[in-house]
Amino acid sequence: MTNSFGEFDHAKMFFIIGSNMTEAHPVASTFLKNAVKNGAKLIVADPRRQNLVKYADLHLQLKVGSDIALLNALMHVIIEEELFDPTFVQENTEGFEALSAEVAQTSPEAMAPICGIEAEAIREAARMLASVRPAMLCYTLGITEHTCGKNNVMSVANLQMLLGNMGVECGGVNPLRGQNNVQGACDMGALPGVFHGYQSVVDPSVRQKFEAAWGVTGLSATPGLMIPQMMDGLVDKKVRAFWIFGENLANTEPDIRKVEHELSSAEFLISQDIFLNETTAFAHVVLPAAAWSENDGTFTNSERRVNRVRTASTPPGAAKPNWWIFKELAKRFGQTWPSNSAQEIWDNEIAALAPNFKGITYNRIETNGLQWPCPHADHPGTVFLHKEGQFTRGKGAFTPTTWTPPAEVADAQYPFVLSTGRRLYHYNARTQTGRCEGLDDLLGEETCDISPGDARRLGIHPEETVRVSSRRGAVEVKARVTREIPDGMIWMSFHFREGNSNWLTNPAYDPETLTAEYKACAVQVEKI
Amino acid sequence: MSDGTLLINGTTHPFKPGQTILEVAEEAGIAIPTLCHLKGTTPTGACRLCVVEVKGARNLLASCSTPAENGMEVTTDSPTVMSSRKMTLELLLSSGNHDCITSGAGTDARELFNARAEAEGHSEHLCPSWGDCKLQEYALAYGATGTAYPRSKPTYPPELKNPMIIRDFSRCILCGRCVQACNEVQVNEAISYGYRGSESKIVALGDLPLGQSACVFCGECVQVCPTGALVDKKSKGIWRPWDVETIRTTCPYCGVGCQQILHVKEGRIVKITGDEEGLPNKGRLCVKGRFGYDFIYSDERLTTPLIRENGEFREASWDEALDLVADKLKGIIAESGPDAIAGVSCARSLNEDSYQMQKLFRGVFKTNNIDHCART
Ligand code: SF4
Ligand code: SF4
Ligand code: SF4
Ligand code: FES
Repeated sequence: MTNSFGEFDHAKMFFIIGSNMTEAHPVASTFLKNAVKNGAKLIVADPRRQNLVKYADLHLQLKVGSDIALLNALMHVIIEEELFDPTFVQENTEGFEALSAEVAQTSPEAMAPICGIEAEAIREAARMLASVRPAMLCYTLGITEHTCGKNNVMSVANLQMLLGNMGVECGGVNPLRGQNNVQGACDMGALPGVFHGYQSVVDPSVRQKFEAAWGVTGLSATPGLMIPQMMDGLVDKKVRAFWIFGENLANTEPDIRKVEHELSSAEFLISQDIFLNETTAFAHVVLPAAAWSENDGTFTNSERRVNRVRTASTPPGAAKPNWWIFKELAKRFGQTWPSNSAQEIWDNEIAALAPNFKGITYNRIETNGLQWPCPHADHPGTVFLHKEGQFTRGKGAFTPTTWTPPAEVADAQYPFVLSTGRRLYHYNARTQTGRCEGLDDLLGEETCDISPGDARRLGIHPEETVRVSSRRGAVEVKARVTREIPDGMIWMSFHFREGNSNWLTNPAYDPETLTAEYKACAVQVEKI
Repeated sequence: MSDGTLLINGTTHPFKPGQTILEVAEEAGIAIPTLCHLKGTTPTGACRLCVVEVKGARNLLASCSTPAENGMEVTTDSPTVMSSRKMTLELLLSSGNHDCITSGAGTDARELFNARAEAEGHSEHLCPSWGDCKLQEYALAYGATGTAYPRSKPTYPPELKNPMIIRDFSRCILCGRCVQACNEVQVNEAISYGYRGSESKIVALGDLPLGQSACVFCGECVQVCPTGALVDKKSKGIWRPWDVETIRTTCPYCGVGCQQILHVKEGRIVKITGDEEGLPNKGRLCVKGRFGYDFIYSDERLTTPLIRENGEFREASWDEALDLVADKLKGIIAESGPDAIAGVSCARSLNEDSYQMQKLFRGVFKTNNIDHCART
């Protein structure tokens, strides 16, 4: 997030796109609802009539995967009616002409059929959005989990720059991160192209710095593989050993059948986890790890805040902290790593070796955490980025994007669009929530959420078991007939092994980020 | 409403426009007891425990809902105020099942508890909020015993149906904090006042069990309830305030990063509350953050390294497992180069863990084949 949760309750305008906040980020949504109760305006763009719609001034019920068409049409109106921020555009951005040229083609009238929203509603939304500055734009995986995910992200950034909503309190582009520490895992360099703190592996001076700090030579200058490439590598044997730490890929990656084939092809699979699960089933070695609250450390939340995590219980049996396991393995390769606790790792290495974290040390985050960038020990942390229009690379660049449809669209054989996500009472593969007393009582099985109109047409009664199939697989689940869902669409989650939406989802990826298109594939729904 | 000063108990205090007497007193470090007041929400004036004497006013005024005015002369502890509060407490005690107070037994909640538990041979039946109840705390402080008025019979049976929250209406003092928390803090709009007069009850959607209402089990209502009327089902009877140490930490679920207070008894988490001072959540939690902790105590946890042999896992020591991993990886690197190894880190685990894993891959194996599910 460029901005912070602390700004939610006094923001004056929100544009929420592809984010089902009341279920996926419940506490964040409470501050947003507080603001709305205090008079803030709210525009929700979502194919589903999700909970926030109740509080919205405007619901743009776009078709799945039509985000760029909608965003470009909004920008068309904003430029045509001169509702943009000319000073910000002039002083802080570049590429406005290219953007104007692109969105000149995307009038609301032209985009309306793609989005499934009337042109006049798009115009009204553009005017409403431009009428209050700044506006906070928030998105979640509804934007990223598409074959055009990267372009979707560019598009929302274009919109916010055009309106001059960047670099100000209560504005910005705010991706709410799905998992508790997905921000942190990125920050820590669990990415193929960067060391921690986003320091590029291609940069020789960066490599030199880490070679000196770690006492090693020959760090690789070639960016590594991303997960889907690793999985392909298992099959074509380019990847011979695969170490999976904590992820239940066999339930959370699209197209479970394909994933299981890939995992079973691994020559040597190491699984480091807290439970046996569908993924460890393919492992050759399983390493038992300490869980949350069984060791000290930090998580970094969506707003870049580094928060302490503390020990409350001892790990069961011989289970060990993850950092210890990696250190022990390094030892067997002849490297003795000096840091011997989470605090030493953070203070002496993570903070010391990355300018953005330099000012964050354990003694400073005993109570509330600090938000990076935090370059020195007296720095208060950064609540919102790009202050006064200062972007990391000088001016903010508009990147015009063109709408492309999802890789798979509904057709005669598979006439429904399936979109997926998380539900309130569970988390991902339920490794954790499925083992907490009571949560299964609140939500005990997967459902196929379907509109009343479609249910009636197909003669499907509420709670009746239906068969949902795609080109990749089929599941049988109960129908949940709900007005949240528009005709022609169904919605499911991936919390349960039985009826997991990933038996159906399409392993089609954004060409650059290799994010899979969990949010759109074609399915058939049948009464059985 | 204007900027100005007022007198509290004879001392001058400045205030800002819009501040209530209670807020000015709190800033000045003058304690006024409150039951229904919930910071940041509209005052309801329901309990009248916070009354103070204001010179010139005909009646005692509720300090939580009375704006400070220039030149006001406020007394927070006059005999009239004290006896009014005591009477309020007596009425509340007699209005329900508040059997924790008995006259002349002492004023320390924990000692009272131990005495009762010993006298009656067990303690599970004693109020689950004993020692963590505002009503009890004030009753002991003001010497209210619950004997001044006849005790009324409970009107409604408790709701035990849902898996998370016990609603014991016999201990509800109708202060309305839960209603404020649900509607104004979390804005889940699940509960409200229902019925009238002596029939009054906090109801969910026309008096349905919570599970059939709009309730999302965030537990905010439990956190703010000053009595034993709303209780965490999982903690009931296990948690007693004097048995636990509290540890602040960060929620392990979503990217909001809510700050939690773990209540730990003998090395086990028995309850979680939100940290009121914590950013970004300011005390709020959702159902997962509040109730999703006990997975770590599951019998299914992995407790030892496992090595696959003839298709089956067998238990192994750390040395054996790590030696095997190291040998295997060394062999593969020697034969096919470091890029034949790939790893996926965990977006749920600690920063320090992810840092170490990428350090292992980059600095030891010499490959950049390290990723995590960054985009999901
Ligand atoms: S648990 Fe949350 S949603 Fe349910 S009644 Fe309490 S405050 Fe409202
Ligand atoms: S349940 Fe608790 S918070 Fe709600 S009105 Fe009763 S005593 Fe007050
Ligand atoms: S308590 Fe709920 S909203 Fe807060 S971090 Fe945990 S899962 Fe997210
Ligand atoms: S606290 Fe003021 S009336 Fe209850």
